[in-house]
Amino acid sequence: MKNKGSILFTAAFLIFIILSAVCGYSHGTDIGKNFISFTLSMLMILPGAFIIIGLFQVWVSRDKVEKHLGKGGSPAGYLWMILLAGTTVGGLYVAFPVAAALYGKGARTQIILSYIGFAAVCRIPMIIFEATFMGMKFTIIRLLVSLPLVLISSALLGRYLEKTGWTMRDST
Amino acid sequence: MIFYVVVLVLLLVSAAADRRKTLEALKVALKKLKGILPQFAVMLILVSISLYLLPEGVIREYLGDRDPGRGLLIALLAGSITLMPGFIVFPLCGILHEKGVSYMILSGFTTTLMMVGIISFPVEKRYFGWKAALLRNLISFLAAVMVALTTGILFREISL
Repeated sequence: MKNKGSILFTAAFLIFIILSAVCGYSHGTDIGKNFISFTLSMLMILPGAFIIIGLFQVWVSRDKVEKHLGKGGSPAGYLWMILLAGTTVGGLYVAFPVAAALYGKGARTQIILSYIGFAAVCRIPMIIFEATFMGMKFTIIRLLVSLPLVLISSALLGRYLEKTGWTMRDST
Repeated sequence: MIFYVVVLVLLLVSAAADRRKTLEALKVALKKLKGILPQFAVMLILVSISLYLLPEGVIREYLGDRDPGRGLLIALLAGSITLMPGFIVFPLCGILHEKGVSYMILSGFTTTLMMVGIISFPVEKRYFGWKAALLRNLISFLAAVMVALTTGILFREISL
């Protein structure tokens, strides 16, 4: 079973937290409080994100994805990725399964890597927070430098991975 | 939450068009979510431990290092190993800047926070495999260095 390590680790952690709560071990209960608050905030986002992925899976045809984001796709594919990334909620952890769904429908490696990169740097709710607290200049500098770097690096890394016969797991 | 309004609207539109397909979509969603849950659990555990070890006060103290080079390095590493939602990070950085931490250092911290994910590595590895995940993170780290240095130069905090 491929998840054995993760499940054992989680079980051990939960036992540690429960024992800490029982024995009143404050370091353990502090970590446990962190864990509960993060788990709750993630549980708010994940089901919705995966429902959208599910809808994408049944409604969007492979042909369409391949045509626009696949081997023969135009550079406009990257623009679509910026738009999709801008509206991605959560963080990278949501972007990975979305990328896998796109890849499974025939999007090419460069495109999904650019999506991951864009989702990291230009999610709209995050940008609003950033501009509010750090100022427009800070935000614009970051976007102007990071967007081209994401574009170039995903093109290069994607080409390299495709050459070495890389395929994405869990993409269907 | 606007997000769930959107999800609900999409589901209703989908169900109006084809009920069976919508049910299928929900099944796909559940199956995929269940599949990745163990890695998410590991990630959440790592987040809760790392934020316990590196609370806001500690981050504040280290990022305020007098030596800009060392401050930047610490910022880049701290950003790489932690995972924080934007609504916590940017208000924190706003406070840090008022306390005298430079834009360059905050840029290094926030950019690695966004682009480099050591804590989300278990999730990333599950989809991308070791090699691709490692390469993506290394490249992103270098990109963050460039973003931070450019920020430093354009805010006249460092000179070439």
